[in-house]
Amino acid sequence: MDEIQSLIQGFGIALTLKNVALMFTGIILGVIIGVLPGLGGANGVAILLPLTFSMSQVPGGTTSAIILLSCIYWGALFGGAITSILFNIPGEPWSVATTFDGYPLAQQGRAGAALTAAFTSSFVGALVAVIVITFLSPLVAKFALEFGPPEFFSVYLLTFCAFVGMSKEPPFKTLATMMLGFALAAVGTDPVTGALRLTFGSTHLLTGFDFLIAVIGLFGIGEILLTLEEGLAFKGAQAKINLKVVLETWKELPKYWLTSIRSSVVGCFMGIVPGGATPASFMSYGVARRFSKDGDKFGKGMVEGVVAPETAAHAAGTAALLPMLTLGVPGSPTAAVLLGGLLIWGLQPGPLLFVEQKDFVWGLIASMYLGNIVGLIVVLTCVPFFAAILRVPFSVIAPIIIVICAIGAYTVHNSMFDVWMMLVFGVVGYAFKKLQYPLAPLVLAIVLGDRAESSFRQSMLVSQGDMTVFFSNALVGSLTGLALFLLVWPLISMAIARLRQS
Amino acid sequence: MSEGSEGKSAFGVRAAEGVVATVFLALGAIVIFDSMRLGYGWKEDGPQAGYFPFYLGIIMCVSSLINLAVALFALRAKDQSFVEAGQLKLVLSVLVPSAVYVGAIGWTGIYVASALFVAFFMRWLGKYTWWKVAAVSIGNSVVFFLIFEVWFKIPLPKGPLEAFLRLN
Repeated sequence: MDEIQSLIQGFGIALTLKNVALMFTGIILGVIIGVLPGLGGANGVAILLPLTFSMSQVPGGTTSAIILLSCIYWGALFGGAITSILFNIPGEPWSVATTFDGYPLAQQGRAGAALTAAFTSSFVGALVAVIVITFLSPLVAKFALEFGPPEFFSVYLLTFCAFVGMSKEPPFKTLATMMLGFALAAVGTDPVTGALRLTFGSTHLLTGFDFLIAVIGLFGIGEILLTLEEGLAFKGAQAKINLKVVLETWKELPKYWLTSIRSSVVGCFMGIVPGGATPASFMSYGVARRFSKDGDKFGKGMVEGVVAPETAAHAAGTAALLPMLTLGVPGSPTAAVLLGGLLIWGLQPGPLLFVEQKDFVWGLIASMYLGNIVGLIVVLTCVPFFAAILRVPFSVIAPIIIVICAIGAYTVHNSMFDVWMMLVFGVVGYAFKKLQYPLAPLVLAIVLGDRAESSFRQSMLVSQGDMTVFFSNALVGSLTGLALFLLVWPLISMAIARLRQS
Repeated sequence: MSEGSEGKSAFGVRAAEGVVATVFLALGAIVIFDSMRLGYGWKEDGPQAGYFPFYLGIIMCVSSLINLAVALFALRAKDQSFVEAGQLKLVLSVLVPSAVYVGAIGWTGIYVASALFVAFFMRWLGKYTWWKVAAVSIGNSVVFFLIFEVWFKIPLPKGPLEAFLRLN
């Protein structure tokens, strides 16, 4: 088995003292980021990305940098559960479903059991997803080596059409924000002809909009403004977790093995297809409730109701890295930011990564196994500390978070203009969230805009402007066909609903 | 307008939807306009610079027109509050100082501006005693200074105070 051998090599890279130290740092930072309102996986990684510039210069440094950033991501995934269970505040969108049963459990004084169940099932979900990544991604990468521009464009098309077809937001709003993202990506110098696009004589716009600024503004400032509406104080349950509670909960958990498997499958699938962790968590909560013997008790404090969404969310969040690594198409906003990191460090995401940067890829995959073990240990032992962060009053934490966002936005290009843009994106993010304009497709479009456009133009060049190139062989044809089907899926499902009514 | 129906509402969802959809429409129009300037057709060496954005602009305009229509006609019956007056006040009480803060960075440098910003919040919204305000706000800036300037060697904007202390 080639994969096993590569993986063992990867462990050799990931298990250096420096990298393990970075894992702990990343996980702890990530949990703090996940717990704090206004800081989440996507913008936490975005803010810290500039700090890794210098780190990536030394040999093997890119592996250390990706280990740090991906561990922040795992940490943020773990952290979301803490706020949902103790404070009934989902720190991350994918932990909304965890509040349904997690918070009632905490109110009944079983916060420790709920947290243990959440962390353990997060770990299980992630582990399943990493195993899937280990064995599936080399195959996908090998397959994708044959891809030409039309195939890549059809993969991008599929990614974006999946957003339209699968998100719960109104499809035309999804389309509008997505196109806004592409338009923002087009600002600046056209990479092919060198013409200036959409700059209108402004020198600030010559280099275009950086997606990091958009992410920090949309998710950071926007989230702070939304949180403010809820008021300034958080009230939460006490976090008591000790070895006895952990062991008792672990004894109970094997009962839910079927739920775990189901949720992992749902999560992995939704993560690879760019549906993302959030719908995955809701979907598996719904599925678990339908299939459970005690389905009617869901929502009143069932451990199973914590297991299902957490497993799926963590599986989806982890699996989102598979298409990012193999095809250069991220499955979630945070994966998109990580992809941006690869580009900044000078790595080309996509199938060639598995050939040219073996050490990087397998070091990262090995670090996923280790990072999640580290994560489980850190969160189980440090919950009271992390919960204490949320008890810091908002009038102290909010300005500090805004300062962090401002510094993060500034360090991307050392430009004050970017800090102003961050504020603008913050207001936009606030309005979009309230009006159900989805943010994920916007961010993905800004990140992928240039690549999608150049693959489109290259295909057009090959075919001399003939659109049928996207149906020219079985592979590209089925990808495009599936994409178009997902694009019109909202219309089809509306029609089905109509028919059923009449 | 039906916004008066709920006393505390500062903004109706319908009005907000309308504004956002109109902004989208305008942005789409700008994209189309600029693509036409660049040329959205086909030259001997391939698609022109405006080729791809042109169609983006069209999709953006069409979908925002539909969103606008939904906002104007379908939401008429059930206009809810987009943001209540009290909430709007809270949001603005963070947004306006933030804008002032970003403006101040250019004058005083990021560390002084951040200290003042944190201090303002703690005193005004948190009603903390002065020594607590001073400790947290100055301590925060010192920590950031150590992290960025000393540890990571990333220079952030500095102003007269840093020049005076020869920290540049």
